[in-house]
Amino acid sequence: MDSKRTEKTAFIILLLATILVIVPVALIILMVLIKGLPALTGEFIFGMPREGMRAGGILPAIIGTAFLVLGTAIFCIPLGIMAAVYLNEYAGRNWLTRVIEIAIINLAGVPSIVYGLFGLGLFVTFLGFGASILAGSLTLAVMTLPVIITATREALIAVPRSFREVSFSLGASRWQTVRSVVLPNAIPGILTGAILGLSRAAGETAPILFTVAAFYLPRLPQSIFDQAMALPYHIYVLSTQVPNVSVKIQYGTILVLVGMVFILNVIASIIRARFRKRKTW
Amino acid sequence: MKKTFEAIIEKMIFLSGIASILFVVLIFIFLLKEGLSLFATVNPINFLFGKNWYPISDPPQFGILPLVLGSLLVTFGAIVIAVPLGIAAAVYVAEVAPLWLRDILKTGIELLAAIPSIVLGFIGVVTLAPLLKNVFKLPSGLTALAGSIMLAFMAMPTIVSIIEDSIVSVPKSYKEGSLALGATHWQTIYRVTLPAAASGILAAIMLGIGRVIGETMAVLMITGNAAVIPTSILQPVRTLTATIAAEMGEAVAGSNHYYALFAIGIILFVISFIINLVADRFLHKK
Amino acid sequence: MSKIKVKNLNVYFDAVRVVKELSLEVEANEILGIIGPSNSGKTSFLKTLNRLNELYLNSRTTGEVYLDGKDIFIEIDKHLLRKRIGIVFALPLPLPLSIYDNVAYGPRLHGIINKEDLSQIVEKALRAAAIWDEVKDRLNSSAFRLSGGQQQRLCIARTLAVEPEVILYDEPCSGLDPISTLKIEEAMQELKKNYTQILVTNNVKQAARVSDRTAFFLMGELIEIDETKQIFTAPKDKRTEDYITGRFG
Repeated sequence: MDSKRTEKTAFIILLLATILVIVPVALIILMVLIKGLPALTGEFIFGMPREGMRAGGILPAIIGTAFLVLGTAIFCIPLGIMAAVYLNEYAGRNWLTRVIEIAIINLAGVPSIVYGLFGLGLFVTFLGFGASILAGSLTLAVMTLPVIITATREALIAVPRSFREVSFSLGASRWQTVRSVVLPNAIPGILTGAILGLSRAAGETAPILFTVAAFYLPRLPQSIFDQAMALPYHIYVLSTQVPNVSVKIQYGTILVLVGMVFILNVIASIIRARFRKRKTW
Repeated sequence: MKKTFEAIIEKMIFLSGIASILFVVLIFIFLLKEGLSLFATVNPINFLFGKNWYPISDPPQFGILPLVLGSLLVTFGAIVIAVPLGIAAAVYVAEVAPLWLRDILKTGIELLAAIPSIVLGFIGVVTLAPLLKNVFKLPSGLTALAGSIMLAFMAMPTIVSIIEDSIVSVPKSYKEGSLALGATHWQTIYRVTLPAAASGILAAIMLGIGRVIGETMAVLMITGNAAVIPTSILQPVRTLTATIAAEMGEAVAGSNHYYALFAIGIILFVISFIINLVADRFLHKK
Repeated sequence: MSKIKVKNLNVYFDAVRVVKELSLEVEANEILGIIGPSNSGKTSFLKTLNRLNELYLNSRTTGEVYLDGKDIFIEIDKHLLRKRIGIVFALPLPLPLSIYDNVAYGPRLHGIINKEDLSQIVEKALRAAAIWDEVKDRLNSSAFRLSGGQQQRLCIARTLAVEPEVILYDEPCSGLDPISTLKIEEAMQELKKNYTQILVTNNVKQAARVSDRTAFFLMGELIEIDETKQIFTAPKDKRTEDYITGRFG
């Protein structure tokens, strides 16, 4: 029965390893909750920063992040959906398709700081947008594009082939088939992927460092050409650049960002679950 | 009328399709545009292999060897920690955990993936660094080891989910065949299932490496920012990514310092390209 | 002039030739049955007629096919062709829509958006498919709520709604109960008045019941085609006889 004992030991080790991975997650969440919750007052969420960010609220950062997410969505979601439609519904199996796929893999793997450099070089400097919500959104959009394309592709692939065949057999053109049968049935999957992609964009610091993030801007952005504060950058600044910031404010800001990201994730999960239930095929 | 509308839409769809290629090319071009300007005045060999990174001294020195070694050290440490743990966790979740626990664990891993890296960096600085400082009696806990541990955590969701997928897609018949011959579940796992999932495990490692090498903010906060050639993992180091983030704010546009940071960007771009391509090969080898 | 004329048709999937030098003619308003064992090329042949094979990236065709004297590959736009030649698949394949929207899907594609026109078309098609009475009170419910036989008749209605001239059936009753099968066969007889129909079937007896002429395919070749009575009582080719009598299948 030696092998049985080996198995038992092995499984205990595996369990311990898994616990080692999971427990810190729970601890981190608890820590952020416990230390950050006390900070969440009305003034904190809706007020402006004061005293060089040691007091007051983080509204500009919240609004800045919201605008960035909105801008990112506008730039990358339609483009990403159409790109995925091309790949799955139109493209043949040729070298061009392969090159596109390699490009997407590449885009997905580029380090976020390199996106920051790219944004600085192209949007801020070359196109002259300056450090702005526009430049930041465009940079985040390029970064999020591969996520949207991949998620949309998977949603499109999940639509049964037979739907398309039926549509074509009735004399539909390819675009008609995509528009009336494929896309409507892929929307929940696309939405889920898009929300998850945007939630990642919301939490990114490196791409916005040189393209939009303002260190201290105690007013709300007035136009897309304005710089803006943003939550991830604000966290960075509060932890490294501003001396004597209260722990409460630091964790409060973290909690707001993490809360935003989690809420988006939960919404995406709900969409995914409800769709699975409703799916008649 | 309708036909032209459709033709326009289909043209737009095609253009969107090739947009990805356009963006990759654009990124590369803009990195090159600024980065290559460095080599008008600085010898590439000195850049790549120079041991001194003193961009603001007079005269400035742009040797990235300490940064490269910093990145390599932190990455290596992270992979050494993350891969065994990741395989173990993936095996547990995919093969051993009872169903009710499986969902909780998978949710936990997804939560980890959702936490922004800046937050993990911050948590690392306030919890992990002091811990290491006490345990190893160091002047500061902001070290390569701290970075490796945090990065291992960040890479974990990627690694675990890919390996888990690979394990799950090993044909049931392999497992059943092994059990039918009298092997225990554990023996089946390490003799049959894991080897069969090997290409997926390799892909996970590569993608994990890619994830880790590309991480910026967390390493910036937790590895101590000393751009010197590391001799031990308990030292502060500086990675390629953190350098860009830390110094771009001060680099004057058009200066050599500015170009040098873009040049580092080129290197990161090329490295991640190769890693991701190789990983994709492994993933599709099945 | 025959409704459909096929000359030296070859269909390839990658390097495999699944239809070999096939020539035949289909007369207007007849029901042509096509029988033969699996992998005889019956479905591939059928899907060539409405150029549905072109959806599969690895398919290739040589030879000529004429609809009312016009070459379907050169002289007729393929979307229009598919409107004129409809198809009912082997499995009932309702779209994830209501019964009404399933039938209205085709006409809407072709530009009919007026609500009253659509309702008329939908009712006419459902009646012709012999299913109107069963669904008239629940047109807005999901098509998936219908039984298999009803779904298949819904698919026939859906095909009829675009007003084709030819209807192709690819083993439409496999997997259906005898009563549904009977209903469909009766509908086919009714439809003869206005449509040309080609029925591919694995069920030899169904071909005997329903079709005016029958063609026997074997391994991609047309072995024999004749009046149904003739095929089933005195087939000219021994292979036909062996298949019909069940010596192989």
